Amino acid sequence: MSNEIITDVVIIGGGPVGLFAVFELGLLDLKCHVIDILDRPGGQCAELYPEKPIYDIPGFPMITGQGLTDNLMAQIAPFGPQFHFNRMVTSLTKLDDGSFRLTTDAEEVFVAKVVVIAAGGGSFQPKRPPVEGIEAYEGKSVFYSVRKMDDFRDQDVVIVGGGDSALDWTLNLQPIVRSLTLVHRRDAFKAAPASVNRMKELVMEGKINFLLGQIGKLDGADGQIDHVHLTMDAGDLSIPATRLLPFFGLTMKLGPVADWGLELNDNLISVDTEKFQTSVPGVFAIGDINHYPGKLKLILSGFHEAALMAQAAKSVVAPGERVVFQYTTSSTKLQKKLGVA
Amino acid sequence: MKIHVTDQDGQEHELEGLDGWRTMEVIRDWGLNIKAECGGACSCATCHVYVDQEWFDKLPPPSDDEEDLLYSTLDKKPNSRLSCQILLNEDLDGMRVTLAKSAAKD
Repeated sequence: MSNEIITDVVIIGGGPVGLFAVFELGLLDLKCHVIDILDRPGGQCAELYPEKPIYDIPGFPMITGQGLTDNLMAQIAPFGPQFHFNRMVTSLTKLDDGSFRLTTDAEEVFVAKVVVIAAGGGSFQPKRPPVEGIEAYEGKSVFYSVRKMDDFRDQDVVIVGGGDSALDWTLNLQPIVRSLTLVHRRDAFKAAPASVNRMKELVMEGKINFLLGQIGKLDGADGQIDHVHLTMDAGDLSIPATRLLPFFGLTMKLGPVADWGLELNDNLISVDTEKFQTSVPGVFAIGDINHYPGKLKLILSGFHEAALMAQAAKSVVAPGERVVFQYTTSSTKLQKKLGVA
Repeated sequence: MKIHVTDQDGQEHELEGLDGWRTMEVIRDWGLNIKAECGGACSCATCHVYVDQEWFDKLPPPSDDEEDLLYSTLDKKPNSRLSCQILLNEDLDGMRVTLAKSAAKD
C-alpha cells in the first residue's frame, strides 16, 4: 500500500513517558512516530493539570505539567520524532515478518518493528453530558467535536460549556451558522480571556446569544434534534436547535487496546520488569498503563521503564547487533546525536 | 480517625483516615471502587461522593470548578461533593459518605 508509514517504532501516547521514550530510543538510533488522541503533546499533564505543580520529578523541585511537557519536547527535538495528533490507534496486528500493522481512526496505516504503548489512563474521550437519551442523536445532530465545519453551515447551533473548546467553536462557527446560542452554567469562563471578550462583543452585536443555564431534555426524531430544553434561574426555556455541541471535558477510556490480545490485569497491560514487554513480543507497555508487581504510577517510574524498554526494543529492531551501553556525559557518539558535539 | 464509606453496592466500610489526606486518597488506598482518574486535580469528577447532611454542612463550600464538574455528572444530588476536595481533619472524624455510581471504575 502506498500510504503506509514505515518506521522502527510507533509510540502510542504522547504523555511524558511516551515523549521520554523517544529520547531513550533515539539514543539507540531508533526512529519514532508518536500517535496521540489529543491535539498536542503532554497527555494528562497537558490536558488535566497543565498549571498544576509537580514536585516529584527528579532534579526539578517544582515543575508544572506544561513545563515538563515543554522541556521533554525540547529534549527529544534532536531525534526528530513525527507526531500524529487527533487520532486514535484502532487496531494492532502482527504481520508474518514479525512487524506490526497499526491503523488509526484517521485511516492511516503504520508498519513498525516495535510498538510501545504509553497510553496512560487510556485514550481521552469526550464526556457525555447528563442528558437522557442523548445517545440517539450522537453523530447525527449532536457532536462532541467539529470534524467538518460544513456540517454546521446554516444550522441552528447550541454550544454548551465555558472552556476553550466551547468558546473557540463559538467564534469559529458563528460566521457560517444560521443562529448560535452559547449556554453555560455561570457567567465565568475558563477559556482564554480574549475569546471570552470576543464572544461578549458578538453577543452585544446581536450575532449570537448567550444563556446562563443548563441543558435538559432534547426533542427530535430519527437522530435529528429540533429543540433543546434549558433549565435556567430565569425559568425554563426551549430553544430551536438543529445542532448541539456539548463540551463537558474529557474522560479516559482504555479503548481499543483491550482488543489487541495483550494479557491484561484489571484493565492494565501486564509486562515483565526486565524489558517492560507485554505478552506479545515486540509490543512494550510503559507508564501508567502497565502493571507489574510493585508498580507505582509515577512519571519517574515511566522514565525508568522507557530506558529499559529501549534496550530491549533495539534488539528487536536489530537482532544480533550488540547494544553498547553509553552515557550521554562521556560518549561523543551520543553527544553527536544530541547535536551538542 | 475514621471515615465511613458506603460503596456502590451498599456495603459499608470503616476506613482509617489520615489528617491532611484527601478523602479520595483514603478511599482509593483502601481499594474501594473509585476511579479518581485525574488524581486529585479537581478536573474529572470521577471521585464523586454524597456526603451525609450532618457532615456536608461542616465542609468548606465547593469551588466554581468543583461545582462545574459536579454538574457534569449524571447523578448529582444536593449533597454531592468531589472527594478529592475534602481534606480530612479531626473535625471530620466519623464522616459518612457514599460513593456515587459515576465514581466507579469502568
